[in-house]
Amino acid sequence: MNTQARIALKNLQAVPAMAAEGIARSDALASNSAANRKFYQARVPIYPKLVHGNFRKIKWIVMAITLGIYYLVPWIRWDRGPFAPHQAVLVDLAHERFYFFFIEIWPQEVYYITGLLILAAVSLFLVTALFGRLWCGYTCPQTVWTDLFIYVENLIEGDRGARIRLAASPWTAGKIAKRIAKHSAWILIAVATGGAWVFYFTDAPTLARELAAGTAPLVAYATIGLLAFTTYSLGGLMREQVCTYMCPWPRIQAAMVDSDALSVTYRADRGEPRGPHKKGQPWESRGHCIDCNQCVAACPMGIDIRDGIQLECINCALCIDACDDVMTRINLPKGLIGYDTDSNVAARLKGEPAHFRFIRPRTILYATVLVLVAAIMAFGLETRRTIDLDVLRDRNPNFVTLPDGAVRNGYTLKLMNRSDAARDFYLAIEGPLPRRVDVIGLGYVTLPVKLNVEADKVRTVRVLVTVGLHDLKGGSQKIEFALSDAAKHETRDVDTVFISGAP
Amino acid sequence: MDKKPIDEISGTETTGHDWDGIQELNTPLPRWWLVVFYACIVWAIGYWIAMPAWPLLHGYTHGLLNHSQRDDVTANVQALKNARAAKEHELTKASLQQIQSNPDLLQFAMAEGKSAFGDNCAPCHGSGGQGAHGYPNLNDDFWLWGGKLEDIQHTITVGVRSTSSETRQSQMPAFGHDAILKPGQIGDLTEYVVHLSGRAANPAAVQRAAKLFADNCAACHGAEGKGNREFGAPNLTDNDWLYGPNREDIHDQIWNGHGGVMPTWGGRLSPETIKSLAVYVHSLGGGE
Repeated sequence: MNTQARIALKNLQAVPAMAAEGIARSDALASNSAANRKFYQARVPIYPKLVHGNFRKIKWIVMAITLGIYYLVPWIRWDRGPFAPHQAVLVDLAHERFYFFFIEIWPQEVYYITGLLILAAVSLFLVTALFGRLWCGYTCPQTVWTDLFIYVENLIEGDRGARIRLAASPWTAGKIAKRIAKHSAWILIAVATGGAWVFYFTDAPTLARELAAGTAPLVAYATIGLLAFTTYSLGGLMREQVCTYMCPWPRIQAAMVDSDALSVTYRADRGEPRGPHKKGQPWESRGHCIDCNQCVAACPMGIDIRDGIQLECINCALCIDACDDVMTRINLPKGLIGYDTDSNVAARLKGEPAHFRFIRPRTILYATVLVLVAAIMAFGLETRRTIDLDVLRDRNPNFVTLPDGAVRNGYTLKLMNRSDAARDFYLAIEGPLPRRVDVIGLGYVTLPVKLNVEADKVRTVRVLVTVGLHDLKGGSQKIEFALSDAAKHETRDVDTVFISGAP
Repeated sequence: MDKKPIDEISGTETTGHDWDGIQELNTPLPRWWLVVFYACIVWAIGYWIAMPAWPLLHGYTHGLLNHSQRDDVTANVQALKNARAAKEHELTKASLQQIQSNPDLLQFAMAEGKSAFGDNCAPCHGSGGQGAHGYPNLNDDFWLWGGKLEDIQHTITVGVRSTSSETRQSQMPAFGHDAILKPGQIGDLTEYVVHLSGRAANPAAVQRAAKLFADNCAACHGAEGKGNREFGAPNLTDNDWLYGPNREDIHDQIWNGHGGVMPTWGGRLSPETIKSLAVYVHSLGGGE
């Protein structure tokens, strides 16, 4: 039997003292708090107790929404006409396209992804400055999946006490059966997690058929296997260690959170001095905390919220539910633990009125940046061209002198048609030099020349520009390639130079 | 189990060794490290069984998967060929003109031609076909053997002074080296050629060389020195010089009769690749 489990069982079996009338004192130990963690000590397993309350309900809803989005989004269809896939969200690596509902992004437009990442980061900053670690507590995949895994564990092995006893009990058939059931369920969830991921990268129904038939590409199976492994080990086995040791975000958040940011707070001004409450004892001249340890028993991170804000706390608010339940039973107002700020606690301790300050320099700054970036993104998407042009000038050789002294420059043009229909584009050249223009395949052309580009494709065209000996001026002249659609609704001008070789 | 000695100050296990009251800590390896270490051992054993691992006297153990990177490469090359097969077939059927006038096929041929050019032609002609001393520039309008699509295709296929039986063949005699002409005559001819290209030359020498040119050079270069593509004889009246434009360069060429070799690519590159190369070289600018 595992030594750590034995210690937990010993704690459990010790006759619990009463914290108040009808409230047993839990012997849960905050084994993951910084003070109780020892070097070279194996992890002490945490058996969080299932709580009921508002925050638990919110967390169930958030879990359903986030997992629902993750598993269902690849199956949403979106009609894009005959030349593009019909999957609403698709990262099409083979064809170098990213589809997001009505948005289609080409590799050349990677700045939209940059914008999206900036938006995500600034939103996170703003939310953290206002409400603390909401991300960690509710929406981080590590939190959502760990919550799901603990729920499954709870369903199969029972609540906290039953799980501790099971861990400490000898290996009977019943224990083996329960363990097999639990790990099978975890592995099933883990495989489904990896399985959903691959659907974002190719047509989901096709891949699902291929996966079932065993004919999907090896990379799909490997990806599912890898993500199943990480989901199972991170959500099932490692749990709070990921947040405590592996994740950089708790450290970064220390810089984001100030004493005015909301976070799950033990209201020490109300709770202290804490201690068991005897029947009939007056509540005056003592704190409201009866030291029942239910907040510790409920904590999936294995800490004691009453130690104050700490790196290990993910602000999941389950201790609020646990405490509110106890407060209700002993007829005290709820909210001994609640969303509050450090400065409010300090103010009340000094007897000053507490108030929330949501409008602070940093929240104004974050909100401004957020609105600005969102506006730029919206403007960019709204005015996104479906026509584009890249010009690659020959550099080797830079120019060619012809028998009659004329000079020729070669250009390779990439004509991009991002619309869902084939279109005629018109290419013109603007600049001060009289010239002759040849397009490979068409020969000598008069401008503007009509060039058809297929739907959602790039057409490469090689253009030769020749300037006669007597028209040459200087070594390098600016010229401009101008591409427009038939109706001149969209144009794209690209500046380049014509090099004559003269000094 | 007997109790392991513990160091009081650090709380860590010791080795139990004691030197004058100094004890050695026995700090345990981190658990994750041990797990990874053992996992690696298990992985290695599995790898020996599944993959090629051990050298033997003759050969090596192939492993259960019989994996070979050489086979992977062969399969990849074949897969690529299969993916290109349809377009390659179009290339086979289409004439060079048809390739050039079909935008889709042109784009494919240009890509293949560019890649083949980089692999096979760039060492001499330069990465952009810009040429070098003794190696023709393929971007300009000067062609020794013709600049039409078919001419280029034929030159690539048979080469110049190559080992092919149909090679394009011509030989500029080494008039000085082989003592066909006297040094003074070569000096006069040099002036004559400079004069042909429209530059100032010694009139006396030019006059002396007129008959020499008619007797020795005109057969290939033509009476007016305008060259002849039948023999790959360059035009001497223009401003393009394969071996250099200066008097010393021209003198050296008449004296030594340099003639470069272009290998034959027929049989080494597929007809489709040669077609693509012809289209690509034609598109560099000088195509006729």
